[in-house]
Amino acid sequence: MVLLFEQLLNGFQFGVTLFLMAAGLTLVFGIMGVINLAHGSLYMIGAYLAAVTINQTGSFLLGGLAGLAGAGAAGMAIEYVVIRRLYARDHLDQVLATFGLILCLNELHTILYGRTPLFAAIPSFLEGSVEIIPGVPYPVYRLAVIVVGILVAIGLYLLITRTRLGMLVRAGATHREMVGALGVDIRMLFTLVFGLGALLAGLAGFMAGPLLSVEVGMGERILILTFVTIVIGGIGSVRGALIGALLVGIVDTLGRAYIPATLRLFLPPVQADGIGAGLSSMAIYVLMAIILVWRPKGLVSAHG
Amino acid sequence: MVKLSREIWATALILLALLLLPPLAYGLDQPFYVEVWSRIMIYALAASSLNLILGYGGMVSFGHAAYFGIGGYVVGILSFHSTEFLPLIGGWEGTTSAFISWPLAVIISGLIALVLGAISLRTSGVYFIMITLAFAQMVFYFFISLEAYGGDDGLMIARRNDFPPLNLADFFYGHVYLYYVVLVALFGFLYLKSRLIGSRFGMVLQGAKQNERRMASLGYPVYRYKLAAFVIAGAVCGFAGALWANHQTFISPDSMAWTKSGELMVMVILGGMGTLMGPVVGAAVLLTLEAVLASYTEHWAFFLGPILILVVLFARNGIWGWVVGRGREDGR
Repeated sequence: MVLLFEQLLNGFQFGVTLFLMAAGLTLVFGIMGVINLAHGSLYMIGAYLAAVTINQTGSFLLGGLAGLAGAGAAGMAIEYVVIRRLYARDHLDQVLATFGLILCLNELHTILYGRTPLFAAIPSFLEGSVEIIPGVPYPVYRLAVIVVGILVAIGLYLLITRTRLGMLVRAGATHREMVGALGVDIRMLFTLVFGLGALLAGLAGFMAGPLLSVEVGMGERILILTFVTIVIGGIGSVRGALIGALLVGIVDTLGRAYIPATLRLFLPPVQADGIGAGLSSMAIYVLMAIILVWRPKGLVSAHG
Repeated sequence: MVKLSREIWATALILLALLLLPPLAYGLDQPFYVEVWSRIMIYALAASSLNLILGYGGMVSFGHAAYFGIGGYVVGILSFHSTEFLPLIGGWEGTTSAFISWPLAVIISGLIALVLGAISLRTSGVYFIMITLAFAQMVFYFFISLEAYGGDDGLMIARRNDFPPLNLADFFYGHVYLYYVVLVALFGFLYLKSRLIGSRFGMVLQGAKQNERRMASLGYPVYRYKLAAFVIAGAVCGFAGALWANHQTFISPDSMAWTKSGELMVMVILGGMGTLMGPVVGAAVLLTLEAVLASYTEHWAFFLGPILILVVLFARNGIWGWVVGRGREDGR
């Protein structure tokens, strides 16, 4: 029971990271109709800049600032140089061009930082663990990640439903040309939304730094999980991204924790571990397949 | 006929050059070119199979390398059991015979394409891209977790498959034999594909690419046609994977990494989507470009990426489209 609770929280924390990625990706797709594979690279940029800054200056907050600002700026630059030319193209061209971007950015990071993974330390004020429920100690840092994620979710909700920018984003997602015709600088809006998505990806990368090793290839790993997330949730919907992210985070974490253990009841340990590892890494894809058979457009339809 | 002549001439020229390559390479004392071009033709076969669904069917599958890897693993696992005398299923200890393991590679990758395609094709557009990618990753992680077959590190294959009367593992001429087997496989598939594209099946497929709803209202069960094409593409890609496993005598999850799927797509686009020879040219150009860049710098991907972006932005018809397109202008 204690283990289950801890694993649920871990799943929640992973889901929150996925949400930060998925929200940006789904916003960019919803409003601009662009599928951006390089979203994972922005996560990587954020993680690297944060980790390097933390290790250089020793300041966690400065690292966060560097990661966020760096990823946001890189995102806007990428939008301005490459993505902007892809709006009118079909998805195939977008996939290939952003694939090219990934190759380039990954190699750039290998050149800049080498092949050895970097590690960022957890800051002293977030070290240790607390007992949320008596008898269940939980790391403060992971808890902080969850809190930040929830705050961002609330912030995004308010931004989209309560502000002028959010109104334009919603309008743009429904009818892009009309918004442009009404005199809104749609290019500026696109760049801003892309920058916002990049900022969220950078935040996710910065927060993941102390939990994972920062290395080239981390972006693609989370990118594909993000795809699964927004396919489950429904592309273009931030609410769907939240639901999908939590679902994927929890199913993945629980699968890894329980499937091998359950198999060990029936099979010899070596076999159980082998098959269990395979099955648990496939769990979220099976989840996606089931949901798609049930609802081909995802759980939350973006327009309606 | 006049319109097509340029395309036919170019195709014949490529075929002739490929037929003559091994004697020339040996004559010039550069035998490693035989291996290089075997590799290119195997990838050309895989890219051609992708072209069937991508170029003619409009299905942007971003997980095609999965079938490549599955085909390779079928050969690898069968050979592993055979050489280690380990029972695989019901006491059967695998095989090293090409005539059993290659058809099995085709069947198994076709079956997996059937299952994954049946789910993926329920969606379309950007969903389809993401789902095919996600399923390919699933297969990738599955093979990584298969510790019995090397997991992450991959599986060494003791020797190439038995393909009597040719000895593909021959110390001196094994590469040449394999080269011609691959050549026959590639052009055999290209011929079949050209017949398929010209057939009623191919017409429905291309019609569905242009306007799926219209084809459906004409009474064609579009989903089934698309699924059939998806399965054929997966099966042929599995065959290419089986050849690849023989070529390398090694198979690892790397051969089905998502970047490989991306590279296959790039080959199709670079050479010319929806053309017969486009993927062959695309495979040759991309792999040569990689090799050339890699000979200058280990960070070749840093330069390849921008080149890809430029190709996508400015050269949409691909190299083959350029060759044939000019022919059309000349011949009117």
